[in-house]
Amino acid sequence: MSLTIDDVKRIAHLARIEVTEADAHATLEKLGGILGLIEQMQAVDTTGIEPMSHSQDVTQRLRDDVVTEINQRELFQSIAPAVENGLYLVPKVIE
Amino acid sequence: MQWEVVIGLETHVQLQTNTKIFCGASTAFGAEPNTQADAVSIALPGVLPVLNREAVQCAIRFGLAIDAEIGRRSVFARKNYFYPDLPKGYQISQFELPVVGKGKITIQLGDVEKVINITRAHLEEDAGKSLHGDFHGATGIDLNRAGTPLLEIVTEPDMRSAAEAVAYAKKLHELVQWIGICDGNMQEGSFRCDVNVSVRPKGSDKLGTRREIKNLNSFRFMQQAIEYETRWQIETLEDGGTIQQATVLFNPDTGETRAMRSKEEANDYRYFPDPDLLPLVISEADIEAVKAKMPELPEAMKARFEQQYALPAYDATAITASRGVADYFVAAVAAFGGEAKLVANWVMGSVAAKLNEEGKAIADSPVSAEQLAGLLKRIADNTISGKMAKEVFEAMWSGEGDADTIIEKRGLKQVSDSGAIEAIVDEVLAANAAMVAEYKAGKEKAFNGIVGQCMKASKGKANPAQVNEILKKKLAG
Repeated sequence: MSLTIDDVKRIAHLARIEVTEADAHATLEKLGGILGLIEQMQAVDTTGIEPMSHSQDVTQRLRDDVVTEINQRELFQSIAPAVENGLYLVPKVIE
Repeated sequence: MQWEVVIGLETHVQLQTNTKIFCGASTAFGAEPNTQADAVSIALPGVLPVLNREAVQCAIRFGLAIDAEIGRRSVFARKNYFYPDLPKGYQISQFELPVVGKGKITIQLGDVEKVINITRAHLEEDAGKSLHGDFHGATGIDLNRAGTPLLEIVTEPDMRSAAEAVAYAKKLHELVQWIGICDGNMQEGSFRCDVNVSVRPKGSDKLGTRREIKNLNSFRFMQQAIEYETRWQIETLEDGGTIQQATVLFNPDTGETRAMRSKEEANDYRYFPDPDLLPLVISEADIEAVKAKMPELPEAMKARFEQQYALPAYDATAITASRGVADYFVAAVAAFGGEAKLVANWVMGSVAAKLNEEGKAIADSPVSAEQLAGLLKRIADNTISGKMAKEVFEAMWSGEGDADTIIEKRGLKQVSDSGAIEAIVDEVLAANAAMVAEYKAGKEKAFNGIVGQCMKASKGKANPAQVNEILKKKLAG
C-alpha cells in the first residue's frame, strides 16, 4: 500500500495540522517509510496468535464511584486564553 | 408504488453514577459552569483515565435485562474528531469489542408483540456543552458534562413505522429506569435518541440509503421527525431524486428535518484502541454479583401479578409498564389487604387519569399508596359507595387529608342502617304514588326512578344495594 500526496493532505486536515506543499512531500516520504516497516511486520505469520489491544498483558483496574475532585476552576482558568462567566471562550463554532 | 420505512435507533443513556466514567469529578446536574471539570475532564496534558466500576456494573445490569451476552473482554477505543467541547480531540468509546453484545427487547403495539433486536451496547464518555450566547462573537464552553458515563444502545433496523420506533424508545426508557441505571430525565438530556431512517419499495429486502436524525429528546418530536423524514424521502424518490447519506436535525418549530453535515465533511473517526486504557475483563463472579442485586424485571413481575393477585393480563401489563406504578400498586395492595383487583382498577383509573391530567409522575402523586388503601378500605367495608369514593378521592388529591377525615368532615358516611333506609323508602313511596302505580302496571323502568328518588332523599348516602333490596320487598308486598 502506498500513500498519495492527497492522502497526506487529508490526514493533515483531519488532524487539523497545516502543511505546506514542501512539508506534505517530506511527510509523504516519512509516512511511506513507516508503512514500509508495517508491511514488513505484516509478512510475519501470525496464524493462531490472538491479537492484543495493549502492549501489556494486564487488565483494567476499576475505581470506586466516589467523588474525589474538588472545584479548581479558578486555577485551571488562570491559564486559559479567554474565559467569561466561568466558561472557556473559543472562536465561534456553528454547526 | 408502495413504500416501506426501515428504522433503527441509537440511544445514549446517561448512567446514574456519582462520578464521571474516567475520573472522580461529580456528575450532578445543574452546577455552575466548569466547577465539575477537573484536570481529566478538561484534558490537561499527562492525565490518565481510570474506569468507574459503577459504570461497568450498570452496563452489565442492562446486558442481563435484555438477555444479552456480556463481553468478557471489551476494549476502549478513541473516536477522533475535532470540536471545542471535546477537549482531548477524541472521545473514549468502544468499537470492535463492546461490553454488551446481541440482545432483545419486546415491544407491544395494541395486542401485537414484536421483538426488537439489540445489536450492541457500549460504554463511552459524553462531550461538554457549547453555548452560542452573547460572547462577543465567541462560543462559550462548559465542560461539566465532559466525561459523563453513557451507555449507547444500538438496535438492528427492525422497526417499520414511527409508532414502532416510539414504542421501542418508550420501552427502553422505562427499562433503564426500572433497573436503576438512568434517571430517564429527557429534558436534562439523560436519554437521547438518534434515529436512522430509510425507505424502500415494499417487498424489497435491500436497505435504502439512510439519513440519521440526531439528538431527539422527546417521544413526540421523535414521532413527528420520523413521519416528516419518511414523507420527504418517499417524495424525493418519487420525484426521481436520490437520497444522500446524511445527518439531519429536527426543528420542532417547523416540524421539518434538515441536513446538518455535508458529504465532503464526512467524518472519518479513525478508531483505534486507547493505549491509556487496558482491556476491561468481566468475570463470571462479577456478573453473578450484579445478578444478585437485579430487581425483578417487568416481564417476570407481570407473570407474578397475574398469579399472585389474580389480575387479568391487561391489568398486569398496565401496572408493570413502569417501576413507579408497580411499586405504588404493591404498596397499596399491602396496606389495603383486600382484593387486589380493586386496587388495580383505581391505580389504572382515577390515579392514572389525575396524573395524566396534571402531567405528573406517580412518585409525585399527592395521594400516596397508603392513603389510597385507606380509601379502598372504606369502600370495602361499605362506609361509602363507589360514587362517593370518587368525591373523596378528588378531595384527597387536593390535599384535604386522608379518606376518614374527609368522609367525617363532609358527612359522607353511607347509611347502611336498614331501619333508616326503610324510613326513607316509605317516605318516597308515599310521595310517588304515580310511579308506584306505573311499576305495578308492569313498567319495569319506573323502579329505577323510585331508586333514584330514594338516593336523592338520602342525599346519596343510602347504601344503593340495600335500597334496592328493601324497595323490592316493599313493592312486592
